[in-house]
Amino acid sequence: MFVIKCPYCGERDQTEFSCHGEAHIARPDNPAEVSDEEWGEYLFFRNNPKGIHFERWTHDHGCRRWFNVMRDTVSDKIIKTYKMGDQKPGVQDV
Amino acid sequence: MSNQNRTMFGGRIDRGQVINFVFNGKNYQGFHGDTLASALLANDVHLVGRSFKYHRARGILTAGSEEPNAIVQLGLGARTEPNMRATEIELYEGLEAASQNCWPSVNYDVGSLNNILSSIFPAGFYYKTFKWPPSLWLFYEHFIRKAAGLGYSPTAKNPDRYEQKFYYCDLTIVGGGISGLLSALAAGRSGCSVLLIDENPELGGYLLDYNFSINEKDGLKWIKNIVDELYSMDNVRILKRTTAMGYYDYNYLTALEKVTNHCDQLSKTTPRERYWRVRSKKIVLAQGAFERPLVFADNDRPGIMMASAGKKYLSRYGVLPGKSVVLFTNNDHAYQTAFEFNDKGAKISIIDTRENIDIRIQNKCEDLGIKLYSSFSIISTKGNKKVNQIEVQKVDRKQNELSGECITLDVDCILMSGGWNPAVQLFSQSRGKLKYDKVLNTFVPDELIQDQIIIGCNNGCFDLSKNLNHSYQEGLNAAKDLNYEVADNINWKGEEEISFTESSVEPYMLGKKKVTKGSKHFIDFQNDVTAADIFLAQREGYISVEHTKRYTTTGMGTDQGKTSNVNALALMSHIHEKPVDEIGHTTFRPPFSPQTFGAIAGRSVDHLFDPERRTSIHKWHEENNAVFEDVGQWKRPYYFPKKNENIHDAVKRECLAVRNSLGMLDASTLGKIDLRGPDTAKFLNMIYTNAWSKLEIGSCRYGLMCNEHGMIFDDGVTTRLGDDHYHMTTTTGGAARVMSWLEEFLQTEWLDMEVFCTSVTEQWTVLSISGPNSRKFLQELTDIDLSKENFPFMKFREGKVCGIDSRVFRISFTGELSFEVNVPSRYGRFVWEQFMHHGKKYNITPYGTETMHVLRAEKGFIIVGQDTDGSVTPMDMNMDWIVSKKKQDFLGKRSFTRSDTLRSDRKKFVGLLVNDKKTVLPEGSHIVEKALKQPPMKMLGHVTSSYFSPILGHPIALAMIKNGMNLLGEKVEIPLMNGKVIEATISDTVFYDKEGNKNNE
Repeated sequence: MFVIKCPYCGERDQTEFSCHGEAHIARPDNPAEVSDEEWGEYLFFRNNPKGIHFERWTHDHGCRRWFNVMRDTVSDKIIKTYKMGDQKPGVQDV
Repeated sequence: MSNQNRTMFGGRIDRGQVINFVFNGKNYQGFHGDTLASALLANDVHLVGRSFKYHRARGILTAGSEEPNAIVQLGLGARTEPNMRATEIELYEGLEAASQNCWPSVNYDVGSLNNILSSIFPAGFYYKTFKWPPSLWLFYEHFIRKAAGLGYSPTAKNPDRYEQKFYYCDLTIVGGGISGLLSALAAGRSGCSVLLIDENPELGGYLLDYNFSINEKDGLKWIKNIVDELYSMDNVRILKRTTAMGYYDYNYLTALEKVTNHCDQLSKTTPRERYWRVRSKKIVLAQGAFERPLVFADNDRPGIMMASAGKKYLSRYGVLPGKSVVLFTNNDHAYQTAFEFNDKGAKISIIDTRENIDIRIQNKCEDLGIKLYSSFSIISTKGNKKVNQIEVQKVDRKQNELSGECITLDVDCILMSGGWNPAVQLFSQSRGKLKYDKVLNTFVPDELIQDQIIIGCNNGCFDLSKNLNHSYQEGLNAAKDLNYEVADNINWKGEEEISFTESSVEPYMLGKKKVTKGSKHFIDFQNDVTAADIFLAQREGYISVEHTKRYTTTGMGTDQGKTSNVNALALMSHIHEKPVDEIGHTTFRPPFSPQTFGAIAGRSVDHLFDPERRTSIHKWHEENNAVFEDVGQWKRPYYFPKKNENIHDAVKRECLAVRNSLGMLDASTLGKIDLRGPDTAKFLNMIYTNAWSKLEIGSCRYGLMCNEHGMIFDDGVTTRLGDDHYHMTTTTGGAARVMSWLEEFLQTEWLDMEVFCTSVTEQWTVLSISGPNSRKFLQELTDIDLSKENFPFMKFREGKVCGIDSRVFRISFTGELSFEVNVPSRYGRFVWEQFMHHGKKYNITPYGTETMHVLRAEKGFIIVGQDTDGSVTPMDMNMDWIVSKKKQDFLGKRSFTRSDTLRSDRKKFVGLLVNDKKTVLPEGSHIVEKALKQPPMKMLGHVTSSYFSPILGHPIALAMIKNGMNLLGEKVEIPLMNGKVIEATISDTVFYDKEGNKNNE
């Protein structure tokens, strides 16, 4: 079970959080104009990498804020947590 | 004669404290400090159980948590526990235990026929035999299940209390042997907060049973001093009788503390077990090692035990398990046991598989008059319920076979030692990597993954001095890493009588030919897996370790192969002529030992299992005979039966009261969210399918929410209270989900929108009054002008109701004239009782959720989650009217034009009227075009809601039917589970007051 550093509250036990899948999937600005294929991509397709993964978490039993987590799916090491709207970290942050 | 195997002196038991206990219905006596196993051996009871598959007589193999054989049913009634290891059960007054897996008794077990028939029960017997014909599996399963399993579970409710404890510290040390103690001492002296866990009732580990010295002084005294010092430190916490069960990511460790299991009187104030959830900065593993059995013919008879176990029974408990004893070994260490047995008066011979034995040991044997068979092996054992004779033969090293004359020896006990396996279970659970050590012939820790330290025998090091120094040093290092001021280092010197490392272990492997002889060479005692089974699995192609494990069941069961795994792997390596490294090992998973569900559940049982939510009027409902229904975590009145009324009578009465006069519903459980901020209208436009920009202050509007797939996911009425202030209601079950949904979009997509959401569900009590008399009734109790002109449908007013500041919404879920009165929760019951009192003249009738469902179904109002199931769009529900065509975008909109949502044959929401005018269709029934004798038949859809309508006098139903809107008036059939077929006609969804006049009166 992980220890996760909430960007607002600090380190807490994983039981206080929920994971909501891959991060940085922006909702299309104008959905009416995207093709079925592009809309399907947004709705259904997600990465499942072996290695670095970016995912969305919420601190449910805490501040209830959403934030992003950069995690290595092999070691389960959480490399970085950052606020929504912050720039996606690069490999140099590993 | 009692305690006939007890030595005159010695041991760490209290001979002054006699303890009476019962085993298999017979009374025995032991001493304080005994385990059940040691007390049984003291009383010359060797046969304690029957094996799993062949029902062979089994005795006590070990003296610790690795025990595969001596597992018993402990205690009676509600407290009985199966598969308890006799080697770990501390004796208490009145203890009752019994053998398992035998009938009618352990001595005369009918199941032992399996042993005679064993040639037809090899590995994979069940897979091969009961596969054909496939249709008979359910028949076979009944009998197989009956035969399977060892002990039995209690059927009564657990009378004990269990607790959970969350704990945080710098350093957790697993194992209170000398290594763990020294690490704890070093870290404790340096100021770290330390948690020391040990599964035994006494700290000191295996050295408590051996002769050794530390810094040239008596070892046991050292242990006592160290333990005393640790107990004196405020920063060190010691948990005895506590087993570390699981080692997870981020140094998260779970441990089970048996708090009062060893007591004869269970305390009311102390829990029986405590489940520890520990997060520490570093974890030190110091769990020691398990001795490895040797594989030889019929090596499972009672009277055959591990050499270290024999030593422990003798040294710690003063029990001599046999008088004519043979030691069978492949290493030096076990000789200590032989010398001790010799010293205590047993006649002992030694069978050593090795050719070159240390000359000092040879000399000592000669001095003591111990017969030493060098390069010999045991080739057979005899004795039905206890070993009484063995045959030994010379090992021909060149041929890897046995040769020469068979020598017969009369014995009553065999002590065996095949070397030591570090207890790597927790290390492996923590993702630590193992490597095979060719000198020790076992797996030892290699690569550490987490912030952890592994010391002592657990680390594959068996040199006492090295371990003492390394353990203390690592304790200091840990303190240094954690920025404590480190205590002084100490140079330690430890000496054992005979140490394990002085000679290497000889891998002993039986010759191939010998395996198939009539006898059984057990690898896994608990699961009755023999060497022949491992051979068979390899022949049949199960050559991966994971496959061999599952095919033969080696390493499974309550002991998880603590004694058997390495031997199974070594045998596979021998068969394939490949190094053990290449064979690999199976995955270790938690828990380390079996653990009770009670401890995992802790206090989260009964009413604490899941929180129960109650409205402010709940007590009144209880006092007035309400039958309750669970809606999510809420308790809601289902109906209010009067004397002799059943559910149908009560619901009929409640329904008619609403339709004809006045009814009242406790609707407090509806989700309520307070929305504020300048962008709220814009936000609602994105969340709901309809338009919100023009909603005036004081007006209410019904809204439908879809997810991005275009599927309905919640509905409710939202009211504009002020310029930037809205009050949203949601379904009872969907409240939390909607709240999260709003927050998700505000926090992740539209960060620039200024909207604040606050859950106010529990702040307001909602009294929904409904019926033709509701206006007249409520006007008598409020200063709000309720007239049709001044308070029209879908409007909101604030004012006093029964003198309480209230919010009143004119909305209706029954189709009748209705008012939803919201009062602050603390006044909920007061206003409810006022309403009941003043409403008498209108026959005010409290009603429950069933009546609510009937009334809304009569009007065709949907219930999200009942009529919808996450796969229907607003259009499927004929709710096109609520989907804005003008709005550019809202959640779900784009998905309405996906090819699947555009299909013309999608199921549509329709009404259904049974032709016989009396059958209430079961909800969920399949609807077919024409019912045939058997499938396939043309499926059209299913019934979503179905009730008897009291006002109409016949049943009504709602359904999802393919292309249903084009089938109005068509006949369909509904085959029921009882074989009957019901005919029904498709109708529209509004059954009562089709014009919708009643709520506008």
